[in-house]
Amino acid sequence: MNARATTTRPTGRAAKTLDEDTPGVAEWQLRLYVAGQTAKSMAAFDNLKRVCEEHLAGRYTIEVIDLLVNPRLAAGDQILAVPTLVRKFPEPIRKIIGDLSNEERVLVGLDVQPLR
Amino acid sequence: MARPNKPSKTHSTDPQTLPKAPTGIQGLDEITGGGLPRGRPTLLCGSAGSGKTMLAAEFLVHGAEQYGEPGVFMMFEESADELAQNVRSLGVDLAKLQQQKKIAIDHVHIERNEIQETGEYDLEGLFIRLGHAIDTIGAKRVVLDTIEALFSGLPNHAILRAELRRLFRWLKDRGVTAVITGERGEQSLTRYGLEEYVADCVILLDHRIADQVSTRRLRVVKYRGTQHGTNEYPFLIGARGISVLPITSMRLEHTASTERVSTGIAGLDDMLGGKGLYRGSSTLVSGAPGTGKSSLGASFVDAACRRGERALLFAYEESSKQLLRNMGSIGLDLAQWERDGRLRIDASRPTLHGLEQHLVHMYDLVREVKPSVVVVDPISNLTMERDDRSLKPTLMRLIDYLKQHTITALFTSLTSDSAADVADSQVGVSSLMDTWILLSNLAGNGERTRTLQVLKSRGMPHSHQVREFVMDDKGVGLVDVYLSGDRVLTGTARVSQVAQEEAASDLRRRDHERRIKELANHRKAIDAQIQALNAQADERAGEVEFAIERERLNAESLTARARAIARSRDVPPPRPIAAPTAKPARRSAK
Repeated sequence: MNARATTTRPTGRAAKTLDEDTPGVAEWQLRLYVAGQTAKSMAAFDNLKRVCEEHLAGRYTIEVIDLLVNPRLAAGDQILAVPTLVRKFPEPIRKIIGDLSNEERVLVGLDVQPLR
Repeated sequence: MARPNKPSKTHSTDPQTLPKAPTGIQGLDEITGGGLPRGRPTLLCGSAGSGKTMLAAEFLVHGAEQYGEPGVFMMFEESADELAQNVRSLGVDLAKLQQQKKIAIDHVHIERNEIQETGEYDLEGLFIRLGHAIDTIGAKRVVLDTIEALFSGLPNHAILRAELRRLFRWLKDRGVTAVITGERGEQSLTRYGLEEYVADCVILLDHRIADQVSTRRLRVVKYRGTQHGTNEYPFLIGARGISVLPITSMRLEHTASTERVSTGIAGLDDMLGGKGLYRGSSTLVSGAPGTGKSSLGASFVDAACRRGERALLFAYEESSKQLLRNMGSIGLDLAQWERDGRLRIDASRPTLHGLEQHLVHMYDLVREVKPSVVVVDPISNLTMERDDRSLKPTLMRLIDYLKQHTITALFTSLTSDSAADVADSQVGVSSLMDTWILLSNLAGNGERTRTLQVLKSRGMPHSHQVREFVMDDKGVGLVDVYLSGDRVLTGTARVSQVAQEEAASDLRRRDHERRIKELANHRKAIDAQIQALNAQADERAGEVEFAIERERLNAESLTARARAIARSRDVPPPRPIAAPTAKPARRSAK
């Protein structure tokens, strides 16, 4: 669907990459679109990070894109709602909208097998 | 149904009027009194295929091209390529407009099965995208087509509705003129009740089938703060985009030309004061089947092309090729005019569109071809599916429109073959016409002949005589009918009467010759008689002279004898007898 699916961009002021010691491409590439530092976006990021640490530790990258800073990027991933989490890789692309407060639904949305 | 329009331009004198953004769509700006409310959202609703996207796209493209107002097209259903293709059919190069930063296109695509929902969210992403597009090109116009797609893409309608309400307020705050399209709902104007949020202007598009003929119609349901036409107006998506049936002025204020144009039939021109029709006038030619209406129309077109003018012929009975062939048989080579572009023949079935759509189509073609002569053959066919009532206002609009452009128009109308209802069957339009020519069939003596008469012709002396209308391979023409006593003779009767009279006059000529000859002979005979009589007279005269001579000789000899006797008797001689000396009078004949 999108040619840029696997390119990670150092964009967005909240961009943060976890697990820096993994060379090359991470197994799970996630991208979180937010609009400013709102309570919802902070909550979404915190919830996402917690889920990833718990189930995908060391195998993921999260790219946070603030659309207030880079409005152009909204069209690329067809973002309407914020916050939106996009699973860029593994394909197919999946999207989860909302503050990711329900861990179970996040896992289903990302299609991650819980480790527990 | 077409109905009389009310004048909708009165608002323009009102200084307190709402600022408006012209759509540039033919007719729509007249109905709305100048366009859509500037800086406010307008809801455009209609069922599938009613032309919402097309109207919205035109609004945007015209804004960018004609009014210097860049626009953002945000699509929720079609892709950018599909839209570009759709507007390319109207001759608009969307890619070029995008390059020139006059139009920005954003395709919002939601795949329901890609999306999971957890917790709170809002549609700020949509706002950001729209805001970004608006800022990039400095857009003044925005189209959201069809934002209702969000309802199927996003499960939480409570959030969506709150966000839509915020979106429309946001659009107003941005000061952009927005068009939001919505699918027609069962009970409400739109399926998801968008009219609840957009309260300023609502336009309803409709695609209705009546008698198996579809007609698109447009109605301004609501337009807050301004006067607007409230009727349903037919519209057409043609080759040049949308045309809403333009509102014609109900005032009669077109100029009247004094120039005359030939009808292409010398005899008919003679009947019309010797000069033909006024330029810009409208003429009705009515007649039964086979009276030569089409031929008359074709002659009219031919004459215009011959003058070097452009002509437009609407044929609702024959195909273009068939018409050319048939007119070739009466010596009218229309194909040459069509080849060099002077003549445009538009042949279509009357059932192709509804009446109003035909009219819109005619307007479109007239605008494109810019003819000086228009022929519609026949108007009566347009009413085949409809009642006649709607034809009159429709024709009135067409005639008004043509008159405003000083286009000479000729309409043919088929009437039933009976002579009784001449005035009734003119589909009630004869009063709209300046000139009315009636063609009729006269049957008699085992044949039919065509006759032509001018029933009326405004503003010019015209003949009240019936003429015979003849068609042969050299064209159409008029022949004076033959009046014999109180009878009007046409066709064979006319020919035979002429022959009869010719024969009679020949006979008379011979008779005269004969009588003159007879007279001469008579005179000769008399002369001969005179000669004979003269001869007779001469003969008599000779006899008389001879007798007189003899008598005188007798008398002399008698006297001489008496003298001799006397001498012998020696008596005095007797007195001599007086000899007759008078000669008979002789005629000096010869």
